[in-house]
Amino acid sequence: MPDANSRVNDFAFKLANVNGTGSASANGLLMQAIFRMGIPVSGKNLFPSNIQGLPTWYEIRVNKDGRTARALDYDLIVAMNAQTYARDIKEVRPGGYLLFDSSWPLDKDLRRADVTFLGVPFAQLCVEHFREPRERILMKNVAYAGSVIALLDIELSVAEELLQETFGKKKALLESNHEALKLGYDFAKQNFECPLAFRARRMNANGDKILIDGNTATALGALYAGCTVAAWYPITPATSVMESFKTLCERYRKDPQTGKSNFAILQAEDELAAIGIVIGAGWAGARAFTSTAGPGISLMNEFLGLAYYAEIPAVLVDVQRVGPSTGMPTRTQQADLLLCAYASHGDTKHILLFPAHPAECFEFAVKSFDLAERFQTPVILMSDLDIGMNDWVVPRLTWDDSYKPDRGRVLSPEQIEKLTAFHRYSNEDENFVTPRTLPGVSPKGAYLTRGSGHNRLGGYTELPDEYQDVVDRLAGKHRAAARFIPPPVIEKGQGKGRAPFSLVTLGGCDAAVREALDLLSKRGIHGDYMRIRGFPFGAEAETFLNAHDVNYIVEQNRDHQLKSLIALETSVPKERLKSLLFYGGFPLSAGQVVEGFLSAIGRPDREAARGLGGMPDVLSGAEG
Amino acid sequence: MPSISKPIAAPPGSQTNDLGLTVRHYEGAMSTLCAGCGHDSITAALIRALWELSIQPHRIAKMSGIGCSSKTPTYFASGAHGFNSVHGRMPAVATGAAAANRELLYIGISGDGDSLSIGLGQMSHAIRRNVRMLYVIENNGVYGLTKGQFSASADVGSKLKKGEENQMTPIDPVFLGLSIGATFVARSFSGDKQQLVPILKAALKHRGLALVDVISPCVTFNDHEGSTKSYLYTRRHEKQVAQADFVPPAREISAPIGAEGVTTIAMHDGSLVRFSAVPEGYDPGDRARVFDYLQGQQAQGLIPTGLLYLDESVPDMHERSNTSDTPLVQVPFESLCPGSGALERLMEDFR
Repeated sequence: MPDANSRVNDFAFKLANVNGTGSASANGLLMQAIFRMGIPVSGKNLFPSNIQGLPTWYEIRVNKDGRTARALDYDLIVAMNAQTYARDIKEVRPGGYLLFDSSWPLDKDLRRADVTFLGVPFAQLCVEHFREPRERILMKNVAYAGSVIALLDIELSVAEELLQETFGKKKALLESNHEALKLGYDFAKQNFECPLAFRARRMNANGDKILIDGNTATALGALYAGCTVAAWYPITPATSVMESFKTLCERYRKDPQTGKSNFAILQAEDELAAIGIVIGAGWAGARAFTSTAGPGISLMNEFLGLAYYAEIPAVLVDVQRVGPSTGMPTRTQQADLLLCAYASHGDTKHILLFPAHPAECFEFAVKSFDLAERFQTPVILMSDLDIGMNDWVVPRLTWDDSYKPDRGRVLSPEQIEKLTAFHRYSNEDENFVTPRTLPGVSPKGAYLTRGSGHNRLGGYTELPDEYQDVVDRLAGKHRAAARFIPPPVIEKGQGKGRAPFSLVTLGGCDAAVREALDLLSKRGIHGDYMRIRGFPFGAEAETFLNAHDVNYIVEQNRDHQLKSLIALETSVPKERLKSLLFYGGFPLSAGQVVEGFLSAIGRPDREAARGLGGMPDVLSGAEG
Repeated sequence: MPSISKPIAAPPGSQTNDLGLTVRHYEGAMSTLCAGCGHDSITAALIRALWELSIQPHRIAKMSGIGCSSKTPTYFASGAHGFNSVHGRMPAVATGAAAANRELLYIGISGDGDSLSIGLGQMSHAIRRNVRMLYVIENNGVYGLTKGQFSASADVGSKLKKGEENQMTPIDPVFLGLSIGATFVARSFSGDKQQLVPILKAALKHRGLALVDVISPCVTFNDHEGSTKSYLYTRRHEKQVAQADFVPPAREISAPIGAEGVTTIAMHDGSLVRFSAVPEGYDPGDRARVFDYLQGQQAQGLIPTGLLYLDESVPDMHERSNTSDTPLVQVPFESLCPGSGALERLMEDFR
């Protein structure tokens, strides 16, 4: 029953759980049910580096306008973890709700007068209805999902349909899930006034959309690009890239006649070996990649220098997490930028791509292979935990069947035969790329690949001129790559005339920064927007930066790495570059950007910022 | 590493192999190693083995890491691609290349520093994967390019030139290989070409990774009195366990199988390795017995050499993962990319 205060399809709620208890599937069920109702939705999993027993949270933001950045203003918190009651209760917005397990009494001191407490005896209900101890724990999750469905007016039939799809073949499990869902749903219906003022209502915004995480999309990109060799070492948050790639290969890469595999996936002994395998395969002519996170990139530095100097294609996916060192493996950051841009000793520079969401993970993964082969060099796809491991609503991925892989300058046997002699590092094209030959093709194309000093003939050298000749060409090659990098996304501000400032960002900060610009516009502050999508930076990015008095570079690291890279690699004067930094490890929210911006321009307006969702982040701790 | 190229000029009347190539066709650039270096003898044995087996030079891929030994791919098979990679990481690069193109003949040349110190992990895992390749360790117990520090294969009590004595126990690639499942384990001596050539031939035809440890004295830094990796010390202490001969498919065997001290093991391609003068109780196909025997010999201060262990029944990396028989580099893109229709259908899984 809608009333004057009702808020349809514009709210956020958070589920506080204990990890390892099966809550993830219940939370995923809620997210997917809202998606199926055609409503724009985003989910963020804030989980610990642990297998069982530590606090874990899942946040869902429902927003009819398609705002997908993290919201920090929770209308409802489902508090299923007694360990974190205190901090969870603090986070409910004034006038909001807290759903908790009333099988045990709640400490009176925790109560808040401005929050409505809704108690459902989930544990008790499950003990009464289920026999097995494990089942009682698992079904508690489905039961709270049932209550949330009633409270938020999510269509029960949609949730039931999802259960049917998941457990259709396991009858007993399906029945238990249905029963648990109904338990929570009915209890809420009977005891509370359902739905609450904020609620879901069917829309039609998701017809052409899918719900996918970035790691799966990246793996799909590698599959479609025709990658045949993959090597990896398990590491959070990159593991699911290779697990997805394996699943996809099993499904799409078995020869229909022979049943044999048109792929080789090697779990290496460490990241050093993983990138070594990729380089060996690239040298032999295969499209090959590895996926890793910051600690792996650190280990791969030596080999990256070899691939750069010996000019061997290699694709790396860096799903960034919080550093330095082990850091916080299950938290997100963009702090590997400088490491990746210049990885390895000596003068080295690499090509980087910055996807903002899973759809770009797919697109850029394909592009990585084309760039790596065209420029005969490593390409690093810089994803992060937020993009890689969270489910995002993005347009359906599509494929153009006219795509032909860009294999770069690889000489065919006929071309080799026509040469009087083959010299590996001679005969460069307009992009400073020299043709290569593959092993096994022709004795005339044979040469020795080396990471030691070499001249344009491919021979060993210690002579200054010969050495510089080659490394200067490599620098030219890196500069030339700028024209092949996806151009920045630029959006003019809503104000009239030339905007004096811009917000510039990269990767997964996209949604929060664009929303922040909108919120600022509503307050009469208009700025332009640019999202950089790769390195080396192109002319377009440089022109944009030079056209604004001040560019605020929004990024998720302490040391303003993107700003530094811009200062180092473009003509933009440092005075035109300022930083807005957020590096605590959680996905960015628009409120944080607004608050950061207002303090940067000397107009801190905390009250207003709070209204925009800029509450200080109290979710620290929870280490693994 | 500078190199001086050497033209292929076979004197008229030189012997040719089945491909019509002379030994010269398997040579490379002039060696820049020290005169008398054991590594050059190993290169010569390898050239001989490749020639005798009539292998097309451009179907070879020469892989190495860093060190004196790792320079040697320049000195043989100039018609083959080579990859002089980074220190201790040759096994990973070779694994990747082999994953991409299973049809090439991979020859990894490494040393005791490259394989037993910095690259111990990579070597061990290449052995576990059973990558089809010849893996030669040119073992001299010392770091040459950095002027004579002990390596991990130095024996306890072995002395450096200035008298410093090694006190740490050595890593023995033969025992290491046997303990982690190597399917072909040999030890030889660079000064014993007669023994080495047939071992290399068998190794080049092995189904998986063939580990060949070759004691290869460093004339500059480790050939003095007090060294246990010198020519003299090795000659005095070497004991050939059995004579191994490589018999190509469809060649007659002179001595009858079953004769005393004779045993044969069939290779996967139909060739045979014929062991003669096998000591009583020794069986090159029985890992535990080989281990026992070698331990007994080494306890007596001997250096047992020969093709010590061979098992042709273990599938290699590709066989284990059921990889396509067509090398992955040759699988057409159309067979790799599922296309727009498949993606459209797959998208329903993400609804």
